[in-house]
Amino acid sequence: MLEVCGAGAAEDLFSHLPPDVRLQRPLDLPPGQSEYSIAAQFREWADRTASGYASFLGAGVYAHFRPVVVDTIVSRGEFLTSYTPYQAEISQGTLTAIFEFQSMICQLTGMDVANASMYDGSTAAPEAAMMAVRATGKSRVLTARAVHPEYREVLHTYARYQGLPVAEFGYDPDTGLADLADLEAKLDGDTAAVLLQSPNFFGGIEEVRAIAELTHARGALLVFLFTEAVSLGLLRPPAEADIVAGELQSFAISPSYGGPFAGVIAAKEKFLRQMPGRLAGETKDAAGRRAFCLTLSTREQHIRREKATSNICTNQALVALMATVFMSLYGKQGLRELATQNLAKAHYLAAKLPLRFQAPFFNEFVAQPRGASPEVISARLLERKIIGGLPLGRFYPELDGCLLLCATEMARREQMDSLAEVFA
Amino acid sequence: MIDKVRSHPTQNEPLLFEISSPGKVGYQLPALDVPPVDPEGTLGARNVRAEIEGFPEVSEVEVIRHFTRLSSWNYAIDLGMYPLGSCTMKYNPRLNEMVARLEGLAWGHPYQPETLSQGALEIIAALEGALREVTGMDAVTLQPAAGAHGELTGILLVRALLESRGNPRRKVLVPDSAHGTNPATAAMAGYTVQPIGSGPDGRVDLAALASLVDEETAALMVTNPNTLGVFENGILQAAEILHAKGALVYMDGANMNALVGIARPGDFGVDVMHLNLHKTFSTPHGGGGPGCGPVCVKQHLEPFLPTPRLRRNAGQWGWDYDRPQSIGRVRAFYGNFGVMVRALAYIMAHGGPGLRNATIDAVLNANYLRKRLEPFFDLPYQAPNMHEVVFSDARQAQRGVRTGDIAKRLIDYGFHPYTVSFPLIVHGAMMIEPTETESKQELDLFADALIAIAREVETDPELVKSAPHSTRTSRVDEVAAARKPVLRWRPAPPRQAAD
Ligand SMILES: Cc1ncc(COP(=O)(O)O)c(C=O)c1O
Repeated sequence: MLEVCGAGAAEDLFSHLPPDVRLQRPLDLPPGQSEYSIAAQFREWADRTASGYASFLGAGVYAHFRPVVVDTIVSRGEFLTSYTPYQAEISQGTLTAIFEFQSMICQLTGMDVANASMYDGSTAAPEAAMMAVRATGKSRVLTARAVHPEYREVLHTYARYQGLPVAEFGYDPDTGLADLADLEAKLDGDTAAVLLQSPNFFGGIEEVRAIAELTHARGALLVFLFTEAVSLGLLRPPAEADIVAGELQSFAISPSYGGPFAGVIAAKEKFLRQMPGRLAGETKDAAGRRAFCLTLSTREQHIRREKATSNICTNQALVALMATVFMSLYGKQGLRELATQNLAKAHYLAAKLPLRFQAPFFNEFVAQPRGASPEVISARLLERKIIGGLPLGRFYPELDGCLLLCATEMARREQMDSLAEVFA
Repeated sequence: MIDKVRSHPTQNEPLLFEISSPGKVGYQLPALDVPPVDPEGTLGARNVRAEIEGFPEVSEVEVIRHFTRLSSWNYAIDLGMYPLGSCTMKYNPRLNEMVARLEGLAWGHPYQPETLSQGALEIIAALEGALREVTGMDAVTLQPAAGAHGELTGILLVRALLESRGNPRRKVLVPDSAHGTNPATAAMAGYTVQPIGSGPDGRVDLAALASLVDEETAALMVTNPNTLGVFENGILQAAEILHAKGALVYMDGANMNALVGIARPGDFGVDVMHLNLHKTFSTPHGGGGPGCGPVCVKQHLEPFLPTPRLRRNAGQWGWDYDRPQSIGRVRAFYGNFGVMVRALAYIMAHGGPGLRNATIDAVLNANYLRKRLEPFFDLPYQAPNMHEVVFSDARQAQRGVRTGDIAKRLIDYGFHPYTVSFPLIVHGAMMIEPTETESKQELDLFADALIAIAREVETDPELVKSAPHSTRTSRVDEVAAARKPVLRWRPAPPRQAAD
């Protein structure tokens, strides 16, 4: 091969590089290792990452059973090792699955259209807000303070440098739900979007209809966010929202220390042209058979460049496929049963603990331990191999002393009893 | 003669919704070990939904067959060479899939105590360290989820640094050969995009650059090697021009597969860059993602990196949230950790010498294909290429055959096409990136296929223009899809009673 290339040695292939850009020494990295030593090293790391604990953490990342079939499907090389399906004739598998994904997300959320995925919920949220900015021609964004704190941080980062002012409206100190009076006071004619998460960060189920009415009355769009997708198996879909942005981690995606997950944006039909990211659409092949392809790409960066609706290119396709397989397995009946089990477990646990807020909740809630601080309680729980909830003072100084707890279908009764003992 | 493939039956398969029937399920939950609750009673009837209309109802074996049949309609690296230029479609080692699924790593919760996360944090630290060494940069954030997300992070870092010096400036220079994410990113970061032309050799035109850079220029976004696969030989001078005016050099590192172990951006004037772990470091593309787009910076940009930052304190790894100058978060939690695990496993398997050898093989493979194909296809830029080579369809276009047609015909020969119509500076571009994965045998089959197609263009152009002929799906009408978008399945309307 070198001979064909007219090179005496492999080094000659780089002889056109200016000498002063060349690295004049070997990389300072250890030599290559066998798969057995690498596996052993990763096992050692894995063993020092909370193996064997029961966990009541939620807060945007939820522990749910993962059907075995999900990994069976996504481990197939035909899905795992293919690129973005630009060549439709040899990508119908991926394209069909994306089309099914988009359809199921619409069914779940009550929206008309959904995209093929976003990086995660926290980046889908600002992208949805920017959609609203483009659609309304207004610039201000209002977010509920009970939206996931890290989602709000991402929103601030994205908005700050585009000159989009972001303001927050508070929550009612008794219910933990959006403070409608505060929202009404802060909504003005310049507001493009109101961001609302439900169940919110405290687990509470928001009054979406009332908030949509307030929002629409001032000509703004309602962006509905979700972090716990399983809730959609039971909760009324946010049909009054204009745009929905959410995180699908709950659909058989491992917590994986925070990612990879899969975000998604869905919307009413009239906002389709403002949608970021890829879309699969139905069409026909030359023989008139049904086929799918990526479509409406004139919204996207590879065609529209600086005028694109977003710079997103690579998304979370394989992870969205996990969610698609999960939704297929559970289906209409299963998602409801799963959600109902979550409701039962969380309410069983909550009944034993002092709650901070009075509001309907799904599988998460805020507890305010009496007597001991969250830190002391967490330490005692760790002795029992239980990771308790998330201390909230870090994100909400006014909730210092409170813990956010989550119980999914994986929580076992005796673990919950044990946790309650430590609280008592 | 097409030797590499022959057709075999693939199963037809309707959409899931079309095979659904009421009452079928593909799951089983453990019996509830706590008292059941009544959703309406617990949540209020107004909060509870009716059934999810149209949602699938299928059995487990139907799910397996459905997605297995779908998978058989895909091409993949596991089936053969995937020479998509700019995408670095190399083999994805399966060990990496295995280690990413180890229980502690796959089930780690981002909010579990740091004392119980030391293994995960060591992985992140090891990867950051390896990427610093590979790029020659001073600090790395792994938070961005993909290349474009890294670009946004990087340009926001530029903005934050310039702002701290008093003026964020207005424009970002982007070569006309750049990937679409570059200008889209600059716009998202609030900058005006100033395109800059390429010289006759396909490289950034230094004279044009010098005349465009002024006190309102924030940065140049340069891909190196550029999207022609050509090293920007003037990179040191370009950096000088920018730095002299207080502007920065952003490098799109999508093409690092040409440089690892050979040259380091940190040694040639780059201030900030991103990597694509889903290209250079072999994490699987998965039909479009997930990725991971680490951003590597020189020291002057370090204070602005996203929160939190990994730090070591009293022998323990932990997260530092106290970063007053940070641009803030670009993503919740710490990034696509599962992708980081795979990339680190790849780096460990190769080691320093192995990574360098991979680069050499990738460059050798691209140069070999160039030599074999040069007699048959137009090569618009003659400069030496590195890991990829860009031809044009100029010769075939004379017979009415375009790059897209040749690409579709390659499918009949058993290959995934090259990248079509990018970079934009090459009319009718055919962008070929073989990667180091391919053997000489596979490269020869590929070259033979393209040469055979070039002959077909002479003898039977219609054969090429109507390709592919061997796929279960013939050429897909993308125009119709965009004209009347159908983006979701809906139940067929009930049949009208015959009158
Ligand atoms: C040169 C170049 N820059 C940027 C990107 C964007 O990277 P990503 O798709 O990971 O966002 C790509 C890949 O698609 C690319 O080829």
